[in-house]
Amino acid sequence: MKQPILNVTGLSMDFGGIRALSSLDLDVNNGEIVALIGPNGAGKTTFFNCITGIYKPTAGDIFLSPPNSSKKISLKGLKPNQVTEKGLARTFQNIRLFPKMTVLENVMIGRHCRTKAFIFGAIFRTAATRKEEKNSIETSYFILEKLGLAGFANEFADNLPYGAQRRLEIARALATEPLLLLLDEPAAGMNPQETIELDQLIKQISSDGQAILLIEHDMQLVMSLSDRIFVMDYGKKIAQGTPAEIRANPAVIKAYLGEEVDA
Amino acid sequence: MVSLKELKKGFFTSLWFVFLTFPIVVIKVDPIERTVMWRWQNACYMAAGTFCVYLLVKYFQHRKENQSNHNEHKKQTGSLIHSALQNPLQRNILVGVVASFAVLFPHLFSTYQTNVMTTALMYVVLGLGLNIVVGLAGLLDLGFVAFYAVGAYSYALLNLHFGLGFWTVLPIGGLLAATFGILLGFPVLRLRGDYLAIVTLGFGEIIRLILENWGEFSKGPSGISNISRPGFFGMGLNLEQSIHYTYYLMILFVIVTIFIVNRLQDSRLGRAWIALREDEIACQAMGIDKRRTKLVAFSLGAFWAGIVGVMFAAKTTFINPASFTFLESAIILSIVVLGGMGSIIGVLFGALILILMPEYLRALSEYRMLAFGAILVCMMIFRPQGLISNIRRTYKFEKKTN
Repeated sequence: MKQPILNVTGLSMDFGGIRALSSLDLDVNNGEIVALIGPNGAGKTTFFNCITGIYKPTAGDIFLSPPNSSKKISLKGLKPNQVTEKGLARTFQNIRLFPKMTVLENVMIGRHCRTKAFIFGAIFRTAATRKEEKNSIETSYFILEKLGLAGFANEFADNLPYGAQRRLEIARALATEPLLLLLDEPAAGMNPQETIELDQLIKQISSDGQAILLIEHDMQLVMSLSDRIFVMDYGKKIAQGTPAEIRANPAVIKAYLGEEVDA
Repeated sequence: MVSLKELKKGFFTSLWFVFLTFPIVVIKVDPIERTVMWRWQNACYMAAGTFCVYLLVKYFQHRKENQSNHNEHKKQTGSLIHSALQNPLQRNILVGVVASFAVLFPHLFSTYQTNVMTTALMYVVLGLGLNIVVGLAGLLDLGFVAFYAVGAYSYALLNLHFGLGFWTVLPIGGLLAATFGILLGFPVLRLRGDYLAIVTLGFGEIIRLILENWGEFSKGPSGISNISRPGFFGMGLNLEQSIHYTYYLMILFVIVTIFIVNRLQDSRLGRAWIALREDEIACQAMGIDKRRTKLVAFSLGAFWAGIVGVMFAAKTTFINPASFTFLESAIILSIVVLGGMGSIIGVLFGALILILMPEYLRALSEYRMLAFGAILVCMMIFRPQGLISNIRRTYKFEKKTN
């Protein structure tokens, strides 16, 4: 049963006179893995920044619809932290962990928007706070176990090997209980072995029903993972479809390899 | 150990220093005799001195590199104090010794020493307050003394005009300072790093200048005198008793502050502060309200400054704006940096060292700022994490069996 979970229509973003995104439409269905690809500078990360509230889009609508409800939540104009609270969590292209916090604490930061304790609760450690804290430690640890990071729980995040740091970013995003997980080039800088592991990891996360939207340059990974692919170039969507359709699409080949010049 | 290349570089560095210091070190003009003295031996001393310092710095750098290579596989490099604190028996003994020393202190030493210690304890609380803002939330605040002044003046003025007592004003002073913390927090929410430092510096100066120039309100530079000392259930205390009483009050404040800050830093809020310090964008993307977290850090930090301000006014019974200069902010910041950002024990040691050392080294008082500067520069080079760096809480897990 395919139900749309993210619905973006006519999204445009101008930086001064430069149109980074022009009237982009994109949708992700429940439980699906969707990939967003395109040459460098096509506007993929700008798109992520727009829907997560880091940039304010010039025009367009972004709706998030939780499954099993007819509600539609507009994400336009919300701050990044509010977007996360509504159920859109992301990772970053260049790893942005909290280096001087332990791995577990990094994941517990993801629990922040799902917990409530504040000054009073923190100082007096009320029963509610203690319960909440215990809960969030357990949930975080569970996520770490699932992503094979449990052994690192008490290490500082910046002591982790590169691949593990990437996984920790995913763990932290998962801890916010997102409706849709946004991965910005998760395989960037990984060696082939790590990429294969990542491929399995993303499939495993997806098998729990988690909807995923990812930006990726590694075509093998994209083709293996995605249910559908959107292709962007110069801020415009040039193609969309299943991996097989994209592979055969002349516009995509043109964008990636350039056009044959008739002599 | 030290390569030939480094020796060569050291040689040229010392030559450069000789050249730089040449006009002041070597040439001396005698205006009466109208002669110029060339003190070449000074140039030699300068060269030799620079060369030695250069070699020393290199030596320490090498040693540090070797150490870090060794320690790469260790989990967290804990210091002696941390390992002692982790062992419950050692910890209890340590706490017992420190506690009994703190209790007996006024009876073992003179009232002067007790007074000095009380001042040092006040800086401990100030340092812990600033530690929330700078150490945990990573917001460089150079105007922290403003909140201290707000606390002190709120007690002085309320006592002068309305005759309110110490215990009544204590929470009022703290809350007023916290309000000022929020007032400062709003305009600087978007700033960070150097820009934030400049604005907070300006804010500190604004408060001081207002106190100095608004005569009808604050009595200007002449200050406010005859402020009541803290009351003790309405009993009259003589001077010595009062000093002892203030000392014990300060001990109590320190304990309460440590307790609260310790709980805060391991809470949801404390983690949010540290995340904010580590990476603002990621922190926001993980659903943390940046605004709210910053404002709470500012106001909680200011709250402690306000409390200590009230205490300060009650202890000295006289305040004027000269007590709240930028130098004070700088000292409190040095305490946090020297002790170790975000580390409670670090701040404790930092405050005791920085406040007690100048008191007992009065002979060197002229060179105090020079020594401060030298210490801070050395800290930044050799131990940027502070004397006692913060260690994050670790959690243990039982293996789930099912």
